[in-house]
Amino acid sequence: MKTDLFAHLKEWEEGNWTPDQGQAEASSLGPREEKEIKEPKKKIIRSLEKKELHISAVQYRVISVIVCLILSLVLIGTVNFLPGFADEDTPTTNEVYEHYIEEGRDQTGAVNTVAGMILDYRAFDTLGESFVLFTATVAVLLLLEYKKEGKKKREDGLDYRLDPIVYALAKFLIPIILVVGIYILFNGHLSPGGGFSGGAVLGGGFILYAMVFGEEKAVRVLSEKTVKIVSIASLSFYCLAKSYSFFTGNEFNGVHSVIGPGNPGDLLSGGLILPLNLAVGFVVCCTMYSFYMLFKRGRLD
Amino acid sequence: MNLLHNYEELVAMILFAIGFTMLVFSRNLIKKIMGLNIMDTGVFLFLASMGYVAGKETPIVPPTGQVEAGDYINLIPSGLVLTGIVVSVSVSALMLALTVQLYKRYHTLNLDEIYLKAYGGEK
Repeated sequence: MKTDLFAHLKEWEEGNWTPDQGQAEASSLGPREEKEIKEPKKKIIRSLEKKELHISAVQYRVISVIVCLILSLVLIGTVNFLPGFADEDTPTTNEVYEHYIEEGRDQTGAVNTVAGMILDYRAFDTLGESFVLFTATVAVLLLLEYKKEGKKKREDGLDYRLDPIVYALAKFLIPIILVVGIYILFNGHLSPGGGFSGGAVLGGGFILYAMVFGEEKAVRVLSEKTVKIVSIASLSFYCLAKSYSFFTGNEFNGVHSVIGPGNPGDLLSGGLILPLNLAVGFVVCCTMYSFYMLFKRGRLD
Repeated sequence: MNLLHNYEELVAMILFAIGFTMLVFSRNLIKKIMGLNIMDTGVFLFLASMGYVAGKETPIVPPTGQVEAGDYINLIPSGLVLTGIVVSVSVSALMLALTVQLYKRYHTLNLDEIYLKAYGGEK
């Protein structure tokens, strides 16, 4: 036995024998025959699949027509039973809304009671919204990030730099758009607007800049590092500031917040509403800008 | 009778139904996303119309003096619309990114063809 094994090993070394000798040849004919049968079979399967798919598509359409019709009729029927449009005594105009309007200004210091509501009474809701935006940015970044090693250039049909009208208009408009965005951010507690709308205007300005002057230039203004630092710093600031006011804001535990509501109507009033508006605005701006850059360029830097 | 009085809610429901029909019927992924966005718009219109009270002002109160709740519209639905818009934007971006990945892999936006290519062994 031992000598046999050694003999085989020696033969294997010399190339006259392989461990699967006598087995490989027998099975080698099988797959080739199978392949010849497989091709037409595959075609039949494919055509059957398409037929089945066609039938199921017809069924699907019939069912979906019924479902859509029923849903539309149910929805329109529901409108009949809703409280009247623009009526004063609907169930939604209750004591909660009265409290927000009557006490909101004195409790939060914000003249714009919507800002007072979303950034003071319901600030954790807004924090969650900011995190939804941030999570969406991260998810899009994971899905669309473009490997740097490839470095093949993406084909662009449009180049706005060559269009004199767009170029001149953008040159004139971008500063105004950015200033308006900052104005909306800073006056969120005094006038209509706030973090989300101001941030969207700011992000739109940066997107216009990137479209007209090229992404290479826009990256120098808002680089990947800046976007990451600004959004993470804003979110952390929001968390910390709101935790602080959550623990010190109520009158029951005897701890009072250092930041008071201030004089309603002033720019520096409303306690934490102005900084929170700024934080939300920066997050929204970074999100909009990074969505554009990721879909257009595939990366942020 | 009430149907014509609640015309804004009616329009919101019709928008929602249009979006839903588009979402269900269309086999193109981009059109499905557009349908979902139209559905979102219907929901926002519905919420905004629920907060509106005829003849009342926007809830920006004067800096001093007594404030009467009866002079202003309901502000809570406005805050809810804000949440909805943010979620809608995030979901649209995520869906579009997924669609880009699907297109890169299967070179089609038609859902049936993607099914065929993914499960039918056709590549």
